[in-house]
Amino acid sequence: MHAIEIVGLVKVYSVGFWRKRPKCALHPLHLNVEEGEIFGFLGPNGAGKTTTLKMLMGLVFPTSGSARILGRDLNDPGMKAQIGFLPEQPYFYDYLTARELLEYYGRLSGVAGKDLSARVQSVLGRVGLPDVAGVQLRKFSKGMLQRVGIAQAILHEPKVVFLDEPMSGLDPMGRREVRDLMEQLKAEGKTVFFSTHILSDAEALCDRVAVIHLGELRAVGAVADLTSGVQGKVEIVWEGTVVPTSIKTIGATCHVTGDTVRAVVAEESQDLVIDALRRERLRIVSLVPVRTTLEQYFVEKLKRSEKTAGSLA
Amino acid sequence: MNRSRTVTMTAGILLVACLAGSAAVLSRIDRLRTGATLEDVLFVSSPKAVKRMSLGYDGLLADIYWTRAVQYFGGRHEARASHYRLLAPLLAITTTLDPHLDVAYEFGANFLSPQPPNGAGMPDQATQLVEYGIRNNPDNWKLYYELGFIYYMDTKDYERAADAFLRGSKTPNAHPFLKVMAAQMAQHAGDTQMARALWTTTYQSSQEKQIRGNAVAHLRALQIADDVTALQELVGQYGQKTGQLPRSMADLVAANLLPAIPLDPSGRPYKLSPEGLVEVQVPDDFPFIEKGAPAGYKPPAPKNLEELGK
Amino acid sequence: MNNRIACIASNTFREAVRDRVLYNLIAFAVLLSGAAILVGQISIDIEKLVVINLGLTAVSLFGVVIAIFVGIGLVSKEIEKRTLYTVLSRPVRRWEFIIGKFFGLAGTLVVNAFCMAIGVFGALLYVAHKFQKPDGWVLVALYFIILQFLIICSLALLFSSFSSPLLSAVFAFSLFVIGTFSEDLRNFAAMAQGMTKWVATAVAYLVPNFSALNVISSVAHGQPVSSQLIIFNSLYALLYSMMALCGAILIFQRRNLK
Repeated sequence: MHAIEIVGLVKVYSVGFWRKRPKCALHPLHLNVEEGEIFGFLGPNGAGKTTTLKMLMGLVFPTSGSARILGRDLNDPGMKAQIGFLPEQPYFYDYLTARELLEYYGRLSGVAGKDLSARVQSVLGRVGLPDVAGVQLRKFSKGMLQRVGIAQAILHEPKVVFLDEPMSGLDPMGRREVRDLMEQLKAEGKTVFFSTHILSDAEALCDRVAVIHLGELRAVGAVADLTSGVQGKVEIVWEGTVVPTSIKTIGATCHVTGDTVRAVVAEESQDLVIDALRRERLRIVSLVPVRTTLEQYFVEKLKRSEKTAGSLA
Repeated sequence: MNRSRTVTMTAGILLVACLAGSAAVLSRIDRLRTGATLEDVLFVSSPKAVKRMSLGYDGLLADIYWTRAVQYFGGRHEARASHYRLLAPLLAITTTLDPHLDVAYEFGANFLSPQPPNGAGMPDQATQLVEYGIRNNPDNWKLYYELGFIYYMDTKDYERAADAFLRGSKTPNAHPFLKVMAAQMAQHAGDTQMARALWTTTYQSSQEKQIRGNAVAHLRALQIADDVTALQELVGQYGQKTGQLPRSMADLVAANLLPAIPLDPSGRPYKLSPEGLVEVQVPDDFPFIEKGAPAGYKPPAPKNLEELGK
Repeated sequence: MNNRIACIASNTFREAVRDRVLYNLIAFAVLLSGAAILVGQISIDIEKLVVINLGLTAVSLFGVVIAIFVGIGLVSKEIEKRTLYTVLSRPVRRWEFIIGKFFGLAGTLVVNAFCMAIGVFGALLYVAHKFQKPDGWVLVALYFIILQFLIICSLALLFSSFSSPLLSAVFAFSLFVIGTFSEDLRNFAAMAQGMTKWVATAVAYLVPNFSALNVISSVAHGQPVSSQLIIFNSLYALLYSMMALCGAILIFQRRNLK
């Protein structure tokens, strides 16, 4: 059984007030997510990620096609007790305290009694908010709300967790923590399905990813496989003000700032540059792969898919 | 079956059932408290209190009270009610809320003063109402006309009637008829001609269906009175000529006393009773009939006045 | 009642309380005690009449305003702020959400009306120094006012399920006004002819009927209310609210939450 099984899901919105024109938000989408994996759902803003998630949550009805979660129908309440959902930029009843909110959601998911208060306390600890259980949510910062959002999604120990842009609004520490949390969930045997437009998050976490652009699925697979064909770049910094001629000849762009030189070169010529620096006895300060954000990845991907029409999709 | 469809079906069926049920209950409630809305008038009997409670929306509320008054009278009139005790307070509230609602004064003049079942039988209240109207709209000749009308028709106070018509004739845009009325009042008070002129003016100057219908009914009754008088004269002539009573109207035509069998205002031919009396065929069509109905005739419930007034 | 409905209802109640909706009770108390003291000094005969009339009218109007302004936001606010997403992704059926919201608001109004009722009876005691038997009918009038709240709540919820808050407020308020004059409307329909009669009759039976639920002035005069009217009014309010709720569920059931 697949954790999530999407068969030909289509969503067409009508836009305009008087003369409704159909706008296709999602072309037929076929996708399977296995149990126990962390699955990244990638695409730039407006690609159709949130629409897909909303259809899976039963908030928006598909124009055609169907989907099953844990082998059950989308509006099966029994299935819904076993999933958790974090919406994009979540907003909660701000007149409630964090504890009240989580208790409310817990009851709606069928958790009750002593079990509930114990779980609320533990989950608040888990998302790094152990001390603010009694504070009204209107006093929470954006990052804290995001944490509360994650807490409510995992509170009832769901089998499948859906997270829409879980890292947004978080500081680097927070992002680290959320990543750890997702890995813990995987370790507990849960399936995590999350959407993001930042590839680095996906690279670090996902077993597999799906890439969606303009409502169309472009690729599915392990991140490494997908990005293998894409030219990465490396930033190399060394001491001194000298730029060896061999580095100039490979066409690297070099900036001299103070007593260091910074050069950005293609991944494949990385070794060549290091060799050249060694020969000149220059001390390398750092060597960092320049993160290919998804947008960059797409620019290349789209160029290529235009050339080799749809060979990746 | 699909869960969502089950909900839709259940909710749809429940909706229709509840709608039908609520309508049924509502009609029961209506029967339970006929006229209860109107009875409220008795609790808030002071028109000024109503005006204060209307919070400045007195125009709208006046219209609502006005329709209530019309419906109250219309409904009870059809049922041949023996009293109309709410008509006066309803009209008083209406005109307090909107003192310029001319039609309310007209309505009061036509239906407050006549005796039941044709009116509330309250000529004093009627004159009070119209006098109140005149104070608020001193330039409206119609109100003086209505006042004179009440005095003339219901209280038979011809002197006051003449005075009202004279006052009215001095308003700008006064109907020339008022001057004539005032002048002829002394001489012709009680004439059919006079009555006819008054009802015709009422008919012509009003837009309100019930008022117009009432005027039409009166005019028809006057017309029949005139016709019957004239025809009865011919029946007498026939008797003198032939020494016997005519058996039918056709006999009068045959005797060259009439060019053709005359028709009553409803378009039916007049008929002769075995006693030689001229009669209309369907007296029920003429609510105010005085002549031309069989001896001992009792008028039934009047026809809907609105129909006539169209 | 199903646990999830109770949960949503109690949260709705909690929201109303925390949004300081019940503060209207202060305004009500000031109004009523001011009136009681003032009337007590000015006129002897009609002080009871004024207290009952003013008290019950205020209970009704305050409640209607709350019902409309809270009711119209019940669904649309949750959609707008996207709080609904995390509710409906749980084992909560959409109809349960609507019913829960309804009970939450109705509960708020009942509690509100209950507090006000205590105020009315307090003022009554103040001006008359003792309760008399006809004062019991005031309770019936209050019961009818609560029935009226149920109808308005369900209508506000119905409009809230498909329209923006501002439009919903306009719709709900117009229906309140029309419903207050519904008996005039039905009389008018009865007098009309032809096509107009059919349309007017249909409309007259479709709009809520508040005329029969308003017995304030007759109760103020110590008039009894017939038990039949109590039964039929209860039945009517029940059926009408259920109808509006079914409408709300039908609309909400199909709604895409953008």
